[in-house]
Amino acid sequence: MNNITAMLSDPNMRWILLGCMLLGLSSGVIGSFSYLRKQSLVGDTLAHAALPGICIAFMLTGVKSIGVFLVGAGIAGMIATFGIGYLTRHSKLKQDAALGIILTTFFGLGIVLLTFIQHGDYGNQSGLDKFLFGQAAAMVGSDVVTMSLISILLVTICTLLFKQFKLISFDPGFARGIGYPVALLEQLLMLLMVIAVVAGIQAVGVVLISAMLIAPAVSARYWTNSLSAMIALSGLFGALSGALGTWISSSVSSMPTGPVTVLAATFFFIVSVLFGPKRGIVAKRFMSARVKKRFLLENELRAERMKGEAAG
Amino acid sequence: MSDFWILLTGSLVAACCGIVGVFLVLRKMAMIGDAISHSVMPGIVIAFLISGSRDSMLMMFAALVFGLITVLLIGLFQRSGIQSDASIGVVFTALFAIGVILVSLFARQVHLDQDAILYGEIAFVHWNLWEIGGMSLGPKAVWLLGVTLLVISLIIGLFYKQFKICSFDPALAAAIGIPVAFFHYLLMGLVSMATVSSFESVGAILVVGMLIVPASTAYLLTEKLGTMIALSIAAGIVSTFIGYSASIWLDASIAGCIVCAAGLLFLAAFLFSPTQGLVVRKLRMRSLAVSETR
Repeated sequence: MNNITAMLSDPNMRWILLGCMLLGLSSGVIGSFSYLRKQSLVGDTLAHAALPGICIAFMLTGVKSIGVFLVGAGIAGMIATFGIGYLTRHSKLKQDAALGIILTTFFGLGIVLLTFIQHGDYGNQSGLDKFLFGQAAAMVGSDVVTMSLISILLVTICTLLFKQFKLISFDPGFARGIGYPVALLEQLLMLLMVIAVVAGIQAVGVVLISAMLIAPAVSARYWTNSLSAMIALSGLFGALSGALGTWISSSVSSMPTGPVTVLAATFFFIVSVLFGPKRGIVAKRFMSARVKKRFLLENELRAERMKGEAAG
Repeated sequence: MSDFWILLTGSLVAACCGIVGVFLVLRKMAMIGDAISHSVMPGIVIAFLISGSRDSMLMMFAALVFGLITVLLIGLFQRSGIQSDASIGVVFTALFAIGVILVSLFARQVHLDQDAILYGEIAFVHWNLWEIGGMSLGPKAVWLLGVTLLVISLIIGLFYKQFKICSFDPALAAAIGIPVAFFHYLLMGLVSMATVSSFESVGAILVVGMLIVPASTAYLLTEKLGTMIALSIAAGIVSTFIGYSASIWLDASIAGCIVCAAGLLFLAAFLFSPTQGLVVRKLRMRSLAVSETR
């Protein structure tokens, strides 16, 4: 407890804490939709595909700022989602292979560009790879301000378009039938996912950001059947994981924030899988034990009655 | 000489991954390959901490164990009602996170860093030689990959028919008494082996690329399993050669260039495959339309 107050009194740590919590919140909210739309691994692909976009944005501008990267990564992410859709529609490849192909080729291209930048004369390149593999400790006030703006934007759009997003998550055919612009909404959702991913890359890195999209959403699904409650819970789990990750990594030396945050999210996930009401493993065991007991009892009663009838 | 060793290593990686990748693509498990290649990382670090060297049998064993743990956990979560891709995502990120934490906690003992794990060090393959009694027998990585390739081709060759039926019709396989689950885990074990022996020379990302991309290229070119395996290996080796030359020309990451080359080959197959290619199908459609109007 002591080091919580110590952490909160350090202004630098306060920024990092806020940044990680906001990251968890916004990726939790977006992740709920992608989980329901069975697109959990699309987030992973988008995160990897963002790399060449970020590198090209850096090569063109020479600036290391989250805004510029967001544009580059957004364009790369859009090309990647288009590519996945195109591959699955125009060949016999299934979605998983399409995801894998896009993920690895984009990431490979990104690494080529990254080494290109390192060997070329782009003066200010130091730390670009740190940025990509996650270093929450390097976040400064201005990054957190950008991240807060992004989170507010994401959450606002999700609230405003809640009804539309809900419908395309559960029944896109019906949504199309009543005249919603489904393709446009799907693209918008994808764009929001790209934004959440890019905002999170700085804190947890390319490889692990997908965990922040998936784990809180799956955990939340275990506790409720209502979409709005699920989104709120998922955001909460995400934010709590961010806080827990920052706290643990600040109190133990040489603990990287990103992976610890991911493990915190995994912890919430395991707790939910075990103890979630009705769907959780413990609840299921409990239920099946109760049903079994009742069945045995009924059998016994029936046997008694049969015996009674035979005697009478 | 270094060129030769790098190309040989790359080609061996392409062959190992190309064979098992075919089965991953056919069984719609491409992303499980991705998951395994990330989640063997804690196994590698733990084995490194115990044995203190990078090329021990222990490392292979630990990676195998973690590969199988990954598959088991994914299956467990799937059976308890979580969508398959979400369970893949949760499992591999958690294990990878553990790996990264282990690396940073024991950074001084472990001469592994995140960059090496993600990109690999194929350029330094020929530095790490295997010597017996002062006689150099070539790079260790080549030996490791050679043994892996031998094991993979032996097992796939011996159980070719079983693997084939399991990939195309698991229900039939189960009905005629093939232990489907056993072959599933055997395949996953082979994927983990291919991953870990390719790992230190080419890195996690290239492994995934070599598992999925050449196999998908071959998938678009043929409808026979044997041909598909041969084409997959060939596509992998060709992309190794193209990628390596490109990396020298561009002075960029070798692993990255090889994956890009594999991606380009895939794009070529996607567009110009004689049976499935986009361009070919468009042309056929047009000629049909012309003959209709006549």
